[in-house]
Amino acid sequence: MRYLLLIYTNAENWEHPIFLRDPRFLALPQAERDELVRQTEALHKEIMSSGELVADAALAAPAAARSVRTRDGAPVSTDGPYVEAKEQLAGFVMVDCETPERAAEIASRFPDARFSAVEVRPVMDDLGQEM
Amino acid sequence: MTTRGEVEDLLRRLAPRVLAALVRRYDNVETAEDAVQEALLAAADRWPEQGLPDRPDAWLITVAARRLVDQLRSERAARRREAAALPPTEPLDPPADDPPQHDDTLRLLLLCCHPALTPSSQVALTLRAVGGLTTAEIARAFLVPEATMAQRISRAKQRLRDSGARFDTPPDPARLPAVLHVLYLVFNEGYTATSGAALHRGSMTRDALRLTRMLHRLLPEDGEVTGLLALMLLTEARRPARTRADGSLVPLAEQDRSLWRREQLDEGIALVRRTLATARVGPYLLQAAIAAVHAEAVHPEDTDWPQIVALYQLLAELDPNPVVTLNQAVAVAMADGPEAGLALLAPLDERLARHHRLHAVRGHLLELAGDHERAEVCYRTAARLTTSLPEQHYLNERADRLR
Repeated sequence: MRYLLLIYTNAENWEHPIFLRDPRFLALPQAERDELVRQTEALHKEIMSSGELVADAALAAPAAARSVRTRDGAPVSTDGPYVEAKEQLAGFVMVDCETPERAAEIASRFPDARFSAVEVRPVMDDLGQEM
Repeated sequence: MTTRGEVEDLLRRLAPRVLAALVRRYDNVETAEDAVQEALLAAADRWPEQGLPDRPDAWLITVAARRLVDQLRSERAARRREAAALPPTEPLDPPADDPPQHDDTLRLLLLCCHPALTPSSQVALTLRAVGGLTTAEIARAFLVPEATMAQRISRAKQRLRDSGARFDTPPDPARLPAVLHVLYLVFNEGYTATSGAALHRGSMTRDALRLTRMLHRLLPEDGEVTGLLALMLLTEARRPARTRADGSLVPLAEQDRSLWRREQLDEGIALVRRTLATARVGPYLLQAAIAAVHAEAVHPEDTDWPQIVALYQLLAELDPNPVVTLNQAVAVAMADGPEAGLALLAPLDERLARHHRLHAVRGHLLELAGDHERAEVCYRTAARLTTSLPEQHYLNERADRLR
């Protein structure tokens, strides 16, 4: 079953890995910060070598976003993200894993889950059972 | 001239034999499996143009053994460079192609379905090592990139090695249910494919049937192996009727039964009849028996619901789980009226509140009872909870009809 993990952030200064820029991360003692970086690298390696990682990408800053709306047949595009919010989408990871619990566990181990949140969304499938 | 399709079929049939021959000789599943895969790819490349060699199996064994020996040699050389002490050398000549023993395939299946592996790794490894599929084909069927599937397979082999699993342990019948489960998962992946992915996934039913037939030939007396084969045949027979041209799902009661494949139905029914009389009854055989009762009804209203209820009763005793209860509730509703079915659903609320099937079944039974308002609510809830596009479409359509 595939899940899209959406990584949100409060960071204002944009640079990946984004959690390095989170004010609450920066407030941690150095040793704890190093440990979080190490854990994140280990998590990435884990889901890659287990064959769970399907795709991932880090996104450019919301400042680089354009939102496109088509009104009365004409496209109108504005600078900036669609939803104005303090929390912005920073990146995504698609995983294919055995259970929803496993997907949630992976999500919980991103440091971003500590500072903001990681949203777990099941991906729709073409498979269907007749009822 | 041999077509590419014929070559692929032949290679898939030969794959487990070739692998078994190599594993017997070199006792190294991990490296042998890679070597066989390379030999299969080479043959798939060469044979359609150059024709088949005189002894395709011997050709594959020789080529794979050569790869394996090269690989072992270079590993050994690397070790030698690292350590001064030489490991004791074993003979590394390619094997004469000794005829593989009868239970080699069974051993391979049991190894691929080893309890140290997750179900999805068991499926991937079985399809590659026993099914003879390439990593790319398996990846396409499961909608993940080839690199992801390659990782999954290599991790599975690493786990096997770490767990000390060995090819030459005599087959343990207690591990057979894991093999049946893997074959069932492969079948379902193909059977439930509806539209976009049907091209690549649909062939999974063929692979599952092929492997289950092979297992049935090895263990003809096993009731559950026969049951699973019959269940697959009876389910696959309905495939032409289960979707409309646009890929949308048709429920069993509304299927055009003249589209059901008679030959598969007959074979499935015969297997069930023969086995019910002789073997100990297990969950797959019971599910096959239920499918056979459906298959015997020319029109949906001819269905022998009391018999289906009795079979579900047995299944619920043997393998109690919520999905069985859901199906049982539908059968009970058909035999004794919707209220009786609805009563069976009540205890499931706590466990299955976020599971779409509970709401879908309740919607169906409420609709039968004439309570269209509550039925619509249930269908909508089910539609929101399912992660299947065709099911969502079906459930919303049912809800729309009741508005």
